Amino acid sequence: MISVQGLTKRYGQTEAVKNLSFNVEKGEVVGFLGVNGAGKSTTMRILSGYLPADEGEVRVAGFDVFGESVKARSRIGYMPENVPLYPEMRVSEYLSYRAALKGVRARRTAEKVEDALQLCGLMDVRRKLIGSLSKGYRQRVGLADALINEPDILILDEPTIGLDPGQIREVRSLLRSLASRNTILLSSHILSEVEATCSRLLILDKGHIVASGTPAELRERSGLPIAGSIRVEVKAAGPDALAAAGVAAGEGSVRIISSAGDWTTLEIIPAGDDPREAIFREVVGRGWTLRELASRSSTLEEVFASFVKQAPATAGSTPEAGA
Amino acid sequence: MRTLWYLWKREVSSAFQTPMAWVILFFLLLVTGFNFYAGISMLNNGPSEVTVVESFFNTVFFWFPFLLLFPILTMRLYSEEYRTGTVETLMTAPVRDAHVVLAKFLGVLFLYCFLWAPTVVYFVIFQLMMRVEAAGAAGAYAGSYLLLLLIGMFFLALGGLFSSMTRHQMTAAVMTFAIVSLFFMTGLLSFLSGHSGPFMQTLAVTLSPIEQMAQFSRGIIDTRPVVWYLAGTFLCLFLTLHSFQSRRWKR
Repeated sequence: MISVQGLTKRYGQTEAVKNLSFNVEKGEVVGFLGVNGAGKSTTMRILSGYLPADEGEVRVAGFDVFGESVKARSRIGYMPENVPLYPEMRVSEYLSYRAALKGVRARRTAEKVEDALQLCGLMDVRRKLIGSLSKGYRQRVGLADALINEPDILILDEPTIGLDPGQIREVRSLLRSLASRNTILLSSHILSEVEATCSRLLILDKGHIVASGTPAELRERSGLPIAGSIRVEVKAAGPDALAAAGVAAGEGSVRIISSAGDWTTLEIIPAGDDPREAIFREVVGRGWTLRELASRSSTLEEVFASFVKQAPATAGSTPEAGA
Repeated sequence: MRTLWYLWKREVSSAFQTPMAWVILFFLLLVTGFNFYAGISMLNNGPSEVTVVESFFNTVFFWFPFLLLFPILTMRLYSEEYRTGTVETLMTAPVRDAHVVLAKFLGVLFLYCFLWAPTVVYFVIFQLMMRVEAAGAAGAYAGSYLLLLLIGMFFLALGGLFSSMTRHQMTAAVMTFAIVSLFFMTGLLSFLSGHSGPFMQTLAVTLSPIEQMAQFSRGIIDTRPVVWYLAGTFLCLFLTLHSFQSRRWKR
């Protein structure tokens, strides 16, 4: 649905996006991840036909976004960062206007507006002026606008920025429900965000894609321990606990994190299989009391950090402009 | 065409949904009403060669609000969309740049006509109450309002062009007012270049809105200003289209 080949965008001397290539297939939900200034918004603005690329080819739904811009734009629902809206218009009036602009037939407009209002939870503010809405509602109006003509592709720039946790959950579940019939590309710098909604992630750093794959794949490729670390808290003296855990963990490494009174907390980085069962048997066998036995896989934050840190090495030869 | 219609509708309704259109209308009617009253009072003082229509369209009370109208009406056209970022939502919908430029122009032109339309009522009331012709002939109305429309088109297009160049409304307003004033004062060239020959004299008189209105409000329609204003309008709209498109290449 989206195909980007060798995309480069410069702002004066600064290269915001450098030789970017990726594809998004029909029905995928792809998350664009990167720190501020990594080139996420620039790429999305090019995809939505707002900015021209300096180099490269960008096709959306089979149309060249520059050469066949109007056709490409009619297939995209785009929600820009910060969701600019006309404050003097009422919510349903704005959505009807947008529907008309996007070529929804006049006799179907009312129905589509109704659907979008329902879907985005805007029914109770439909008659309100956009200027009087809270940030969360405005965000939803932007989303409703992007959905109004049921486009094949949704491009959402930071869809949950500025929302409170409850609203974020709502938007996430909305996105998940849309995933079945749309291709979605969304950007974020909040990792839990994309992990919760996206089937694939593209990690962008200084205008390059430094990694791409499912969250699980990325975790694997990052070189961080797959099963992560295991935390054990037992009622035993330090050295005894260490010895017992050593037996259970086999080749893995064990260290004491803390010991307070009778209790000792250990961290085990396993080498092979999950050693939790072995640890449990060992503890029971020695007649100790167990207070905690937890496996913690590496978070996406750590994965992300590992990729962004590696970036200068992989991008080695390109002079850094710093977007 | 459909897109153009929806874009135009939004332009017009946004002016009426905010107090802007109503506030301008109120004060314009206040000043022009005073102008009308002053014109009749002047004619009451004694025999005169001019008609009521002429005395209305050829005073400082007419020209002053007239000139102020253009920066006020046009400054927000594009600047506002740039500043609030709505140009991004607008231009990522499947609309063509030319449609946007045309819709904005036709929208503000409609507002302009809406603002001047009530002044016709002055003459109707005058005729009904006094049972005296306000103009020498019907052509005087046609001429006055035609010129009002023509100058309006050109100056609104000019204002739109400046608005499309900047995201600051004030900058657009200042540029519009300056250039509109310059065009308005071309008649003064005939004084400055008194020694430069009859060509400059003719040029200055032909281009001066004051001189044009003196002719048109008597019902004498000269085609030269008609061509001049139409050509100027098209040129400004063409330049606006390019200025609007240039946002894509800005750094």
